[in-house]
Amino acid sequence: MKLAVCINHVPDTAAKITIAADGKNIDKTGITFVLNPYDEIAVEECLRLKEKNSGEVIAISLGGDAHKETLRKALAMGVDKAVLLKDDSPRDSFSVSRALADYLKEISPDAIFFGKQSVDSDDAAVGTMVAEMLGLPSVSVAVRLEIANGTAIAEREIEGGKEKVQATLPAVITAQKGLNEPRYPSLKGIMAAKSKPIEEKVPAATQPKIEVIALRKPPSKSAGKIVGTDSSAVSELVRLLHEEAKVI
Amino acid sequence: MKILAFAEQRNNKFKKSSFEVVRTARTIADQTDGEVIALVIGDQVQTIASELGGYGAQRVLAVQQPKLEKYSSTAYSKIIAEVLKKEQGSVVLLSATAMGKDCAPRVAVKLDAGMGSDCIVLKVEGENIIATRPVYGGKALADIKINSAVKVFTLRPNVFPAGISSGTAVRVEVVDIPLIDSDFTSLAVETIQASGKLDVAEADIIVSGGRGLKAAENFKMIEDLAGAIGGAVGASRAVVDAGWRPHSEQVGQTGKTVSPSLYVAVAISGAIQHLAGMSSSKYIVAINKDKDAPIFQTADYGIIADAFEIVPALTQEIKKLLGK
Repeated sequence: MKLAVCINHVPDTAAKITIAADGKNIDKTGITFVLNPYDEIAVEECLRLKEKNSGEVIAISLGGDAHKETLRKALAMGVDKAVLLKDDSPRDSFSVSRALADYLKEISPDAIFFGKQSVDSDDAAVGTMVAEMLGLPSVSVAVRLEIANGTAIAEREIEGGKEKVQATLPAVITAQKGLNEPRYPSLKGIMAAKSKPIEEKVPAATQPKIEVIALRKPPSKSAGKIVGTDSSAVSELVRLLHEEAKVI
Repeated sequence: MKILAFAEQRNNKFKKSSFEVVRTARTIADQTDGEVIALVIGDQVQTIASELGGYGAQRVLAVQQPKLEKYSSTAYSKIIAEVLKKEQGSVVLLSATAMGKDCAPRVAVKLDAGMGSDCIVLKVEGENIIATRPVYGGKALADIKINSAVKVFTLRPNVFPAGISSGTAVRVEVVDIPLIDSDFTSLAVETIQASGKLDVAEADIIVSGGRGLKAAENFKMIEDLAGAIGGAVGASRAVVDAGWRPHSEQVGQTGKTVSPSLYVAVAISGAIQHLAGMSSSKYIVAINKDKDAPIFQTADYGIIADAFEIVPALTQEIKKLLGK
């Protein structure tokens, strides 16, 4: 099986976000960037499929040179090949998808994996947009996956339950936490990844359709009232919720 | 603006968020001298569809056939895009539910449209709409503008008011969109519902527990409080990672971002990625024995005490109030 996994290089979820002087981007100073947590699950799923069915896993990332670090992490986990679509111009989900779809069309994998969303723009769109651009079926937010006889049967999370979805291969799958537990790269893997080549390609420029007018911090809440320090505060809390906040 | 509002149904029942979508379309249409067309897709949905008139739809369209009973991202997106083209609309609104989030990116590609996902504010500005959407798990807000002719937005559930139905029933137009087998290449074959459990993403009240509860079995008191108050159970990442609770309950940056009316954080210290996911809640209650826990910085009401002492008492007090 030829498996492709598209990965992104994003601020660690523990990072504090501050707004850059232009008021449209984040200030990257001092921020640790990591392999997007959901993409890590996608990488793991590919590795497991390869171990079961043999084949190769190709990791692809669109971005600047910094993305090589994340591609190396994927190599360290065990992917066979890493490709950087080198372009760090501003893009929206649509133009990111276009560049990825163009490349994926060239290599035509049997299955294409993404994380269910990137924890930077949180759009949760790229995987499914790529599927549409390539005319492929898709399952998003997958928490369980079986591939047999050219068909993917996946369970995806829906409100209050799950939905079993069937898709004929080639297909796009976006991974949700719970699909698997990603492995830690072995020391041997990390060492080997350092010397593996990263193929570079330059994608066609695409105009984004979304324009960020302003990026700002959410209005900060000021610390509220400490109602008490023991169970005698409970009745006062209930009164406040009922009469002041009117939420119960 | 001519707005197409996709009103999601499951088992021939609308979600509250479907009414929110129609109502928001109405609000935009009112400011732009526009029209709201609601669209329902499914099997025999004609009977429920007329209800959407009460939320401000001038026209209600139903696309129905037995094969559409279960959700298919490929077929549903084709229908939405075809209807928009036929009606020459300029805006598509969907809810940012599991279905809406799965369907909207395909709709956007089919219509060569930009997409604003999981929006929490839509503001009409001249000929355009400025959308506000949380990014970085809610640590920042982005104001965005879509520059394509057609614009697709998904709305975060529970944020936009649905209002009360005016009771106006609209005659439902059944529309035929020809579909072939290859339109169903992704198809839901089965729905596995968790036993009527309220989902955190849809709940108006959430009671969440954290590592301070010490063990999985102690979540019983969280469930009891949630039950008494009519809310959903949520969890911090730490307890999900420990395997005490399923990931579907996780609130925070790698879980669900929620905006309920009331969020009760029990024995949760308030890591930055958790706060990002719940700080837009209308009211936040924190119960924690550590007075320095960051959660108190965002809480409206706090009790600095042991959760094991407070939570059962709170459950009793709420039961008393609600006459349970």
